[in-house]
Amino acid sequence: MALPKYTEPHYRIWHYTYLTICGAVFFFLIAPLFVIFPLSFNAEEFLVFSDGMKRLDPDAFSLRWYEDMIYGTKNPWGLAAKNSFIIAIFATIGSVILGTVAALGLSSRHMPYKGLIMAVLISPMIVPLIISGVAIFFFMAKAGLAATHTGIVLAHIILGTPFVVITVTATLSGFDHSVTRAAASLGSDPVNTFMKITLPLILPGVISGGLFAFVTSFDEVVVVLFLAGLENTTIPIQMWTGLREQLSPTILAVATCLIILSTLILVTAELLRRRSERLRGINQ
Amino acid sequence: MSSETKQILTTDGIPLEVSLKKAERKNKIKAFLLVAPLLLFLIITYVFPIGDMLLRSVDDKMVTQMLPKTFKAMEKWDGQELPEEEVFAAFHEDFIKLVEEKREGKLSTQLNYTKNGFKSIIKKLRRASKKFEEGNYKEQIMSVHKRWSDVEYWRAIKRRAPEVTSQKYLKAMDMYTNEEGKIVSVDEDRRIHRILWLRTLEIAFFVTVFCFLMAYPIAHLLATLPMKYSNLLMICVLLPFWTSLLVRTASWMILLQQQGIVNDFFVSIGLVADDNRPEMMYNKTGSYVAMTQILLPFMVLPLYSVMKTISPSLMRAGKSLGGTPFVAFWKVYFPLTIPGIGAGCLLVFILAIGYYITPALVGGASGTLISNQIAFHMKSTLDWSFASAMGLMLLTGVLVIYWLYNKIVGIDNIKLG
Repeated sequence: MALPKYTEPHYRIWHYTYLTICGAVFFFLIAPLFVIFPLSFNAEEFLVFSDGMKRLDPDAFSLRWYEDMIYGTKNPWGLAAKNSFIIAIFATIGSVILGTVAALGLSSRHMPYKGLIMAVLISPMIVPLIISGVAIFFFMAKAGLAATHTGIVLAHIILGTPFVVITVTATLSGFDHSVTRAAASLGSDPVNTFMKITLPLILPGVISGGLFAFVTSFDEVVVVLFLAGLENTTIPIQMWTGLREQLSPTILAVATCLIILSTLILVTAELLRRRSERLRGINQ
Repeated sequence: MSSETKQILTTDGIPLEVSLKKAERKNKIKAFLLVAPLLLFLIITYVFPIGDMLLRSVDDKMVTQMLPKTFKAMEKWDGQELPEEEVFAAFHEDFIKLVEEKREGKLSTQLNYTKNGFKSIIKKLRRASKKFEEGNYKEQIMSVHKRWSDVEYWRAIKRRAPEVTSQKYLKAMDMYTNEEGKIVSVDEDRRIHRILWLRTLEIAFFVTVFCFLMAYPIAHLLATLPMKYSNLLMICVLLPFWTSLLVRTASWMILLQQQGIVNDFFVSIGLVADDNRPEMMYNKTGSYVAMTQILLPFMVLPLYSVMKTISPSLMRAGKSLGGTPFVAFWKVYFPLTIPGIGAGCLLVFILAIGYYITPALVGGASGTLISNQIAFHMKSTLDWSFASAMGLMLLTGVLVIYWLYNKIVGIDNIKLG
């Protein structure tokens, strides 16, 4: 963004002010995440940078909190991680299947009451989470599913499907329906056509919807707080409890792992988005 | 020519119109069957439960079911003078049944909500009722305690007769129905909910404003920079977006604590004294700072996707026609970004208004929102009908915002990433 030579001084000043403001905002956005990394390697128990850390003394750093996270005796992180992954994986599978099938129906030009049905399908994304939490809790309590994995998986399917519906309908909007008609005219049945023709073409949209559903489930805490019993504890619940009671460096070790996980997901999602844009012929 | 002869027939001899309609219907059913599983699933597990919240929030069957005979006998009572003997007899009959089932405690709690003073006189009545003789219950009950001969208390009982009530909604607005049946506000020092509603609106509003002010310049920068730089900067927006909410809240708790980095920085530049470090967490400041950072990506992304579509030649044209850069920006660029502003503000405001986790962790007592109150009643006091009432009020508010937005900007104008 170099300025042309003839730029008048007060525009020049304004331009650099603007860049400074932008820099400050980017710093505000990203810097807090980087506080967690070094502190999770702190040798001491306090959540401040010790003098040793400021001097970059190797003795001031240690992996003890990571050890505590994995081997710690009374530590719930193992169970929580297991539960989180199981719940998120099943919730993702459920959301992807239900959401993709529904998106196929919604993208059909024959679909009646499209607007109304779309509004219902994406409502869990629009309604504030606390209200969804209360409503889902009432249902699960009546159905006898409170404090069970099944209940939490179902709840996360409710919250995850809107993302799948949105991403898949967006992908289908650029979809050429004549290819499925061509397949049908060549004698393929609808299921075969879907598996062999439609699905490979919309796969980027399905996967990025699935990633959204996975992250939604993996990070979700409001609804789980209402639903979970001791056996169903998840990583977000443990973090929530830890943050409320005492902020221990072990939580920062977990947080670092979560940041690494979200970086991986971000990279995957970005690659998929670019691929799908390329396929749809949107070029910058 | 009659219309019969104009009709085109298919090879099967069926009129084409009928045949087409049939095919159309078949397609409609096919499309609907694809949507049906998810729709049904959501209606059962999500839409009905929200309706269930509505029923719970107005439900007041408990007392009605505990005193069925009393309310039947009270139907004829005009509420002016003390009720007749038959009401007392019916009340006695209901009450004995409740004592047998050990439910009189619940009755006293419920009636105490309506009028203070029921707890003790029901306890007295339970003790005395064991020695009651048959007949003339009016005298016997009235002799237990002088309040039983106060017509106000009988009116209070009668007020609990209907199976539905709006009390929970009134309570959420710090109001109640007084002895005369008028709706009045509670004493000034006991009004907590109005403050919470206002604070929720205030925090959501200012967080939206802060997010807008911060997001606009960086979205503009992202949209105008060459791809290779903007991709890198985009990560700064997307990484927080994909990172767990609790992780981001945790990092703010570390930064804002009294011995934290932000305070250290303020001390080192001499803004505050070392022994007088300000409390930046567990109050409104904490809620503002953390919520703004957490919701910022939701403002940047819609703004960016709109700005990306605005051709830079428009600004050049504006300038070449004699506008200063500021005029060109204000008259050309800014109006074109309004759909993005609308989408971003709507998104952030609605997310902020229902925020729960972050205010609960960094908000302290003065930074909590109405959602925290809902969660409190769901988990601690177990007053689920009250939580439902507040939840539905919040939901109504959100729907009104959507409706207004649709009227003013048009929901179709929303552009998300």
